[in-house]
Order: sequence, then structure tokens, then C-alpha cells
Amino acid sequence: MKNLLFLLFAMLAGCAQPQLRGTGDLGVVIERAAGRVLIVDSSARARLGSVDGLGDLSHASVVFSRDARFAYVFGRDGGITKVDLLTQHIDRRVVQAGNSIGGAISQDGRLVVAQNYEPGGIKVFDAQTLELLADIPSTYGSDGLRAKVVGLADLPGNRFAYALFEAGEVWVADLSDPRRPQITKYRDIGKQPYDGLVTPNGRHYLAGLFGEDGIALIDLWQPQLGARKILAHYGRGEEKLPVFKMPHLRGWAVAGQRAYLPAVGRHEVLVVDTSTWQEVGRIAVKGQPVFVMARPDARQVWVNFAFPDNGWVQVIDTLDHKLVDTLTPGKAVLHLEFTPKGEQVWISARDDNRVVIYDTQTRQPVGEIPAESPSGIFFTSRAARIGF
Amino acid sequence: MRSLFRLLCFTLALALSPQAAADPAPARQHELIRLVRQDCGSCHGMTLKGGLGSPLLPDNLRDKPAASLVATVVHGRPGTAMPPWKTILAEGEAEWIVARLLTGFPSE
Repeated sequence: MKNLLFLLFAMLAGCAQPQLRGTGDLGVVIERAAGRVLIVDSSARARLGSVDGLGDLSHASVVFSRDARFAYVFGRDGGITKVDLLTQHIDRRVVQAGNSIGGAISQDGRLVVAQNYEPGGIKVFDAQTLELLADIPSTYGSDGLRAKVVGLADLPGNRFAYALFEAGEVWVADLSDPRRPQITKYRDIGKQPYDGLVTPNGRHYLAGLFGEDGIALIDLWQPQLGARKILAHYGRGEEKLPVFKMPHLRGWAVAGQRAYLPAVGRHEVLVVDTSTWQEVGRIAVKGQPVFVMARPDARQVWVNFAFPDNGWVQVIDTLDHKLVDTLTPGKAVLHLEFTPKGEQVWISARDDNRVVIYDTQTRQPVGEIPAESPSGIFFTSRAARIGF
Repeated sequence: MRSLFRLLCFTLALALSPQAAADPAPARQHELIRLVRQDCGSCHGMTLKGGLGSPLLPDNLRDKPAASLVATVVHGRPGTAMPPWKTILAEGEAEWIVARLLTGFPSE
């Protein structure tokens, strides 16, 4: 009897005691059509659970709190959902715009910023409570029009850089006093910036241009120099192919001394030396690149492609700029994400309803996770990176 | 006489074309619905409420003639991010898609 009581007590205690664990190997996978995220563990290569009720995730992106416990999920419908990865619950959720494209988190982790299409602009929130702190409309020109905001990136000093699609401008918002934002505007940076990135050291902001061949570059250490154009005329005046999906830019484009950038409307990856910002090569690939992502050690660059070439993934060796592999992970590859040190890459195959895990050294699949129409994959290692 | 015959044929063909353009086969319709929701959806949103591209809900399209919408799908809109879909879609398929957009696009 005494034994039985003891056992019962031990069992109860076991139930009450939360299982302690870290979040460094966790991540989320967006199930875009279901309005749900999966919480995944890249050590176990397994799904831990799911959280639903996140609204329209047809375009979604995620940033992480600096303690890597919370994922802020930005949905198409203007929703920001703060998901607790440990309890697998929604901590808070606000709908802050009609049409949104993503967000960023400040250097000190206290501010979450959403970038919006409709109404165009950015909004600044307290990361803990999601209370609105500032609303900065992207009004440009003299007619009171608001541009769609793209390419939002956090910078050192609680600043954020972003581009205005219709206006052809880049704005830098200093949010060191979040209720009194200071905006620096760079005008005439080029036609139709579609996305942007900041280099991993936080120094250079690049805005990819859709309306012309080239990329706008701002040296944030020397803002007085203004914006200049690199890779101008990379299309050599040839008519570009129809672009069925816009490429995406982030600091993952930088591998060591070089940046690997998608050519818009061409089956090419452009290679730039980041000390001179001159083109040093271009690599012919299978389709129009969407994500061009360096493995964390910078030895490989993995590329996926726009419709209708979205069944392929190619791997570039950065030592000699040769393609070393062409993979077929599944139908409609939408995204890829490396584990923190890059031994695995997780690839979402939307139309096969699975995430396929590859060993990046052997480039063989080593596992898969079922998911309903998966799109973005985001690991918590982003929490510690500038520009993510 | 011969040219009159030709004209007659041409007129007949024109008159008959809306009926003659058969709906895509059911399997293809399924693919087209997925294409619109997923791939057009990358810019227009999976719910078609808009994104980088314009909203495509019936209320947004009501005032636009179907023929010009079909032309936009087939040939794109130069100067904007809307690409021509003629390498992917036959004209009849674009017409079928536009007709559905105008009345409320089916779910997958």
C-alpha cells in the first residue's frame, strides 16, 4: 500500500513538473492554406506540435524573440501572432493592417515592426504586449499616395530599413525612441524595389529592383554618400522572361566575401564582391531563382526557382562557382532553411505536402515531415542574426 | 465569290466561338484552380484579396470588361509586375479563369 501511494505520488509529480528544454533547435513551418504553423525540432527531425488560428498565411514570415521562445508570425491579412514555442499556444494576436507582407524585430528585441501593403507603411509594436507604438505611413510624392512597403530589415541601433515599391525610395527609421521615429529618406534609388536585405554585419542595405536591371546599395556607415546602383544593366538590354514569382532577399545571400543574388527574369545567379560591389561572375541555373541561400559556413549556395521550374533545387560550390548538384525534393518547392550550423537543410515541397530534410554534405534526403501545403520554414537561430 | 465565302466562314467562326470554346477538361480545371490559388496567389493572395498584385475578387473586377481581363492574363501588363501567362495558359483557359474570377473563384 505504501509502495502504491509512493508510486501514485511520483506519477503525479511527474505530471506537474514541466519538461525543461531549450529552444535553440526549434523552428516553425507555415501550413499556408490551413492558417496553421507546425513547431518542429531539428535535432529530433520531428514535428512537436501545431498551433492554428493564425489567419491568412498565403504569404507569411516569421521573426523570433531574442530569447528564441516566441515566434512572431506575420500573415497576409495583417495579423501578427505571437506563438509560444514551448507551450505551443498563441500568446497574443493582433490584426494591424488589411494586407501585410512581413516584419522584423529590433536589435534589442523590444520592438516588432510590420511592413504593410494596405494601408502602405510600417507599424511599430511593443514586442512583449503587441501594443501599437508608432504608425509610419509610406506617403510619397505630392498626391498623398502610399506605397507598398517591401524589404524591411532591422539594423543596429534599433533602426529599420525598408523600400517603397511604387515610389522607388528607401527609408531608414530610427526607433531608438519608438514613439518619436526619425526617418531618413533616400529618393530615386531605382524603379520598383521588390525586396531588400542588409548584410550580416549590418553595414550595407541592398534593394533589388524589378523595374530595371540593377540593385540599389546604401552604405549605412556612410549615409551621406546616398544610394548607388550596382549590377546595373545586368540583363544587357535583353527582354526579361516573364516573372511568375518575385525573388526574396535576405542576408543569407552573403557567403564570405561574396553576395549571390537572383537575376530578375533570367536563369542566372549574379555574384558580387562585397568589398568592391563589382560583379565577379554569373552562374547559369535551371530557372529564375527565388531563394539564393548560403549555407552558414558559406561553402555552398542552394537555390530554388519560380514557377514553372519550382520542382528543382540546385547547389553551387562557392569555391569554383560550379553547380555541384541538381535535386528534385518534390513538387512546388517554396522555401528552404538551414539548421544553425548548416549540416541539414529543410525544404518545403508544397504540392507533395511534406518537408524534406537533406544532409548538406552528402545531399541525400535523411528524413521528412508531413505538412499540409508547407511554405516558409524558420529556425530560431534567426533570433540572433541582424536583418532577420 | 471566294472572298465572300471566306468572310462568311470568318463571321460564322466569330459568332460561334463562345460556344465553340469548350470548357477545359475537369482534370485541367482542377489544375487551373490550383494554379490561380497558389501561383497567382503569390502576388494576388491565396484568397485573391490582393498583395503586390491587385485584388481579384468579383467586386474589384466588376467594372472591367472580360476581354481586357483575358488580355491582361495572356499578355501581362507591361510596366507592372504582371507577367504574360501565354506560355502556361491557352487563351480559352484564360477565358475560363476570368469568367470564374468575375463570379467568385472556386476553392481548391
